[in-house]
Amino acid sequence: MIRLTGIERVFRVGDEEVHALRGVSLDIAQGEYLSIMGPSGSGKSTLLNILGLLDRPNAGRYELNGHDVTGLADDELARVRREAIGFVFQFFHLVPRLTAGQNIELPMVLAGIDPAERRRRLDKLLADYGLVPRAGHRPDQLSGGQCQRVAIARAMSMGPTLILADEPTGNLDRHTGQEVMAVLERVHHEGGTVAVVTHDPEIGKRAHRRIRLVDGEIASDERSGDD
Amino acid sequence: MRFPDLLAFAWQVLGGYRSRTALILLAMGIGVAAVVAVSSIGEGARLYVVNQFGSLGTNLIIVLPGRSETAGGMPGVLVGKTPRDLTIDDALALKRSPAILRFAPLIVGAGDVRVGSRTRETPVLGTTAEFIRVRQMDMAQGLFLPAGDPRHSQPVCVIGTTVAAELFGARPALGEWLRIGDRRFRIIGVLAKQGQSLGFNTDEIVIVPLASAQALFNTEALFRVLVEAKSREQIAYAKADVEEILRLRHEGERDITVITQDAVLATFDRILRALTLAVGGIAAISLAVAGILVMNVMLIAVTQRRKEIGLLKAIGATGQQIRAAFFTEAVMLALGGAALGLAAGKLGQIAIGQAFPDIPFTAPWWAVLAAPLTAIVTSVLFTVLPAKRAAALDPVMALSKR
Repeated sequence: MIRLTGIERVFRVGDEEVHALRGVSLDIAQGEYLSIMGPSGSGKSTLLNILGLLDRPNAGRYELNGHDVTGLADDELARVRREAIGFVFQFFHLVPRLTAGQNIELPMVLAGIDPAERRRRLDKLLADYGLVPRAGHRPDQLSGGQCQRVAIARAMSMGPTLILADEPTGNLDRHTGQEVMAVLERVHHEGGTVAVVTHDPEIGKRAHRRIRLVDGEIASDERSGDD
Repeated sequence: MRFPDLLAFAWQVLGGYRSRTALILLAMGIGVAAVVAVSSIGEGARLYVVNQFGSLGTNLIIVLPGRSETAGGMPGVLVGKTPRDLTIDDALALKRSPAILRFAPLIVGAGDVRVGSRTRETPVLGTTAEFIRVRQMDMAQGLFLPAGDPRHSQPVCVIGTTVAAELFGARPALGEWLRIGDRRFRIIGVLAKQGQSLGFNTDEIVIVPLASAQALFNTEALFRVLVEAKSREQIAYAKADVEEILRLRHEGERDITVITQDAVLATFDRILRALTLAVGGIAAISLAVAGILVMNVMLIAVTQRRKEIGLLKAIGATGQQIRAAFFTEAVMLALGGAALGLAAGKLGQIAIGQAFPDIPFTAPWWAVLAAPLTAIVTSVLFTVLPAKRAAALDPVMALSKR
């Protein structure tokens, strides 16, 4: 489903060039559950941003569902993100003035889906993620775990093929973190492709495929047999 | 993104930052209200002047003795001559012009008016029967001066309401006698209340026949001749005729001045219109200031809402959608401000109207149209830069943890 070939990403910091990714090649199949780990500055977030089409590689080729998306214009990338990719962030990034329900609806609003259909999908998402009693609350009235569930529901609202999570448990206590991972894993069990960036080995170990980045290169790529 | 959703989104933003929204609405509102209120004062002044001239009579031409030059001073004096007087015969000669409908010669003086033991000094006007129609005045009681040869007169007079009230109190004035100087006049009419008209209060005058005034003030010379043209289009012909007839009568000398009310009125009209436009324009500067405020606030909003904009882009908002959201917000603010401003301007206009009931304050249509339009255009223009900046925001940077 995803094929990265020779991805390079170079940042310029002052006079220095920092190679965040050096020739990363990676295939991800439909329905995989993988974790991306590595020390700080190893390029794991950069890799996730490139996978999520938020960032562009300086060199290399990115195929998503058989299409080369490397050369797409910004607005086309936005459309692909909207239709095919769901993001979950460490700091949730919910819009503070909107209710949980409105936050979940946001991608569907941007996509121009009519209100009746939105309502139908929203009700299902609220029920699926146990948020029905919280639908009318604003983010500051929700716990961290609830916020992250809202964010996951938002990521799922357009039925994406790929869910990208950047340190989804980084801002949560251990117990809530486990809960959130369980929700993400349910997405995986339902057939979704899930990629999680984390520096927590315990979270990383849960994935069926574990990629370790060191200095912008893939140092190891392990799979466990239980999937 | 559907349009109602765009509106709802902008509405939520406005509701989410209330004090900010209120401040912009206030700034926009003040700008629009200032334009409306100030231009309605200007328009009121214009209409007031136009009405004042209108109350002098329509299609009016005023003939006065002496030639007024822009050079200043009295030209007659400079060349060692006094200007020739206007006489009754001069006035009667004007009958020859086909463009002139009617005319009224005028002599003005001050006289001590006595009834029994009460005395009052009032302006005394000597004129003919036509005067009331030329000046478009109405009678409250009785009749105006009788028609007839202006060179002969009957001892009758017409008085203003204030004069009637002061000399007779509650008693009826009609048919009574009054004394001006050493002459007696019978009161045959009382003028209807008209009030001030270009600095001349017709409620406080006594009108006598022309010949009586000549005798009273011991003069042959006319103060003015009021001429009414047959129609608006005939004013120019009437003016030319007056000049020609009097030039011939005065041995070829142009020693009179002819003022057409039209020309004076048009000049005033132009001046006041320009003035209204100018003060409206000055008030519109406050709208531009409000526009800059909008830009400032929007630029702050881009910084403040960096993460939100980054998120919107991450979940699939295009640059165009981000821009549309900002512009919708700006237009909603401008519309709200304009509505507030129009309402406040209208209230202000009513308030000034209460304070000065004589002046017809009305906001000119162009101000009512231009003020909100300017508000919208300036706020949209000043949103271009912030919206562009927001749309160009790099989502990775915007969402970065640092």
